[in-house]
Amino acid sequence: MGVPLDQILIQTINGVVTGMILALVASGLTLIFGIMDVVNFAHGELFMLGAYVGVLTLAVTGNFWLALIAASLLIALLGAAIYLVTLRPLIGRDSLTTILATFGVSLVLQNYALWQFGPVSRKISEPIVGHFTLFYLDYPWYRVVIALLSGAIIGGFWLFLKYGTVGIWIRATTQDRVMAQAMGIPVPWVLTIVFGIGSAMAAISGVLFGPFGGVDPTMGLNWILRAFIVVVVGGMGSLGGSIAAAILISLLEAYASLWVSPSQAVIVSFVVLIVTLLFRPTGLFVATPK
Amino acid sequence: MTRRHGVLFWAGFAIVVALLFVAPLVLPPFWRRFVTEILIWGLLAMSSDILIGYTGMISFGHSAFFGVGMYGAAAALLTSNPPNLWLALAYGLILAALVAAFVAYFATRLRDIYFAITTLIFSQIFYVIIFTSTAWTGGENGLTFDQPKLGFGETLSVYFTPTTLHWFVLFVVVASYLLLRRITQSPFGMVLQSIRENEPRTRAIGYPVERYKIVAVMLSGLFAGLAGVLYAIQNQFAAPDFVFFLVSGETVIYNVIGGIGTLAGPIVGAAFFLLLREGLSRFLTEYYLIPLGVIFIAMVILLPQGLLGFARRWLNQ
Repeated sequence: MGVPLDQILIQTINGVVTGMILALVASGLTLIFGIMDVVNFAHGELFMLGAYVGVLTLAVTGNFWLALIAASLLIALLGAAIYLVTLRPLIGRDSLTTILATFGVSLVLQNYALWQFGPVSRKISEPIVGHFTLFYLDYPWYRVVIALLSGAIIGGFWLFLKYGTVGIWIRATTQDRVMAQAMGIPVPWVLTIVFGIGSAMAAISGVLFGPFGGVDPTMGLNWILRAFIVVVVGGMGSLGGSIAAAILISLLEAYASLWVSPSQAVIVSFVVLIVTLLFRPTGLFVATPK
Repeated sequence: MTRRHGVLFWAGFAIVVALLFVAPLVLPPFWRRFVTEILIWGLLAMSSDILIGYTGMISFGHSAFFGVGMYGAAAALLTSNPPNLWLALAYGLILAALVAAFVAYFATRLRDIYFAITTLIFSQIFYVIIFTSTAWTGGENGLTFDQPKLGFGETLSVYFTPTTLHWFVLFVVVASYLLLRRITQSPFGMVLQSIRENEPRTRAIGYPVERYKIVAVMLSGLFAGLAGVLYAIQNQFAAPDFVFFLVSGETVIYNVIGGIGTLAGPIVGAAFFLLLREGLSRFLTEYYLIPLGVIFIAMVILLPQGLLGFARRWLNQ
């Protein structure tokens, strides 16, 4: 079955664009996991609530970029609050209990959104309306901007981790929590900040994704599942691995949707996961542990 | 001391079973149905306790086994004429066992959180497969079928009434409970508990930990499938919603609320959750999960041993 080259090219671009958003979602998840040993089941709900904050701010101000900033700040605060109330009391207990707690948080948040905003999907209009011609398609510039912006945010975050004071604290806490505390790093605050940053990343991706598929209370479910797959395939807690895995999986799904319906294309990422588990259970993009 | 403990246990067991036995005779139709449903969800939760409570692995994928049991029963009831109860049980259990073997083979390669996530993703695989293969499963609409008769052969069969159905479910759940209790106290069950307590040491002693884990997941999946068959027979439909991972999540909630590692606890948890849901949804319609979620979080933080564990400790004092 021959597929024209132009279609493959279009799907490649589509795959990279959704891959970058997915990478942004997954890097928040992997950050929280890598540093705090917490699997944040509520990450998808933070993504969804971020999108809603975006919708509401957009309705009031009419400015997409303002909505993006408002969403990231508000959800960062919400994330920090969730951490303080539900996860801090669990420090020192089995890390499996954090899955249970965040699962409870996700149920509460999702149903809160359903109650507040109703099941009907809302729209975020694209901030950039220009198109360019890609073969026979008018391809929206917005999608390209999203991919670049996601890349810039992840890159900026990487620089922050590498050179920022708090970034250095975060890395120190990852390596040795007790030693970091002994050196005077305010570890409890670092953990709260990390959860806030991870939540903000989820919220930003939510707003960026809004113009694609609409905003509704269950949108988080889909993304959290794909983000979980990405994090397992990329290697838990590895930022670079998550990004690579996100793009790989999105590309494969985009290619698969040339032949099957998009709802079946998800199976491709499942297959990637199974193959990874079979041959490299620690993740495709991390060095084999010694 | 242990002997007295045993007498107390069996006395309590007999009282609870007797109460559940007379329940359909005295309860109004709505609550009769409700108690039967609690037993079915309790069986699902109990099956998951084998992993959570006894082996120390949290499964977020039990909806797959439950749902597959349901669809297996549906396949048997739709293809056999007249619908055959035993065939439904056989199909459901075989299908659940196959799926459990598949999931177990992959998921047990990973530990802790990774295991939880992997089971979750696997259950979603089955959800997508069932949801999209419309020709076989009816897709989003699911399948409806007739209730089978209870009996052996042509001569000795009667239609289920709500009461006899309740007794049938009660019989299956009690038998499963006794069987699982026996298994958890067997040498096999002891090895599982030793994996929960200290996996490297168990391996060092020489037990093939992976094989034990695979068997544990399969056993757990088999009983979850049994619960799915019962649910299909009670409600005469199978729907993809029951394969969705929220059902798995609720199963975990039943366990945590009731008390893990007790087998009976998850049934208590299911009863508590479903009663609370029933009560709350009268005021809050579909938003009952908001207060339930808050209660769940509070219990994870404050009452990790669950209702039954708490009651047991309180009685011991």
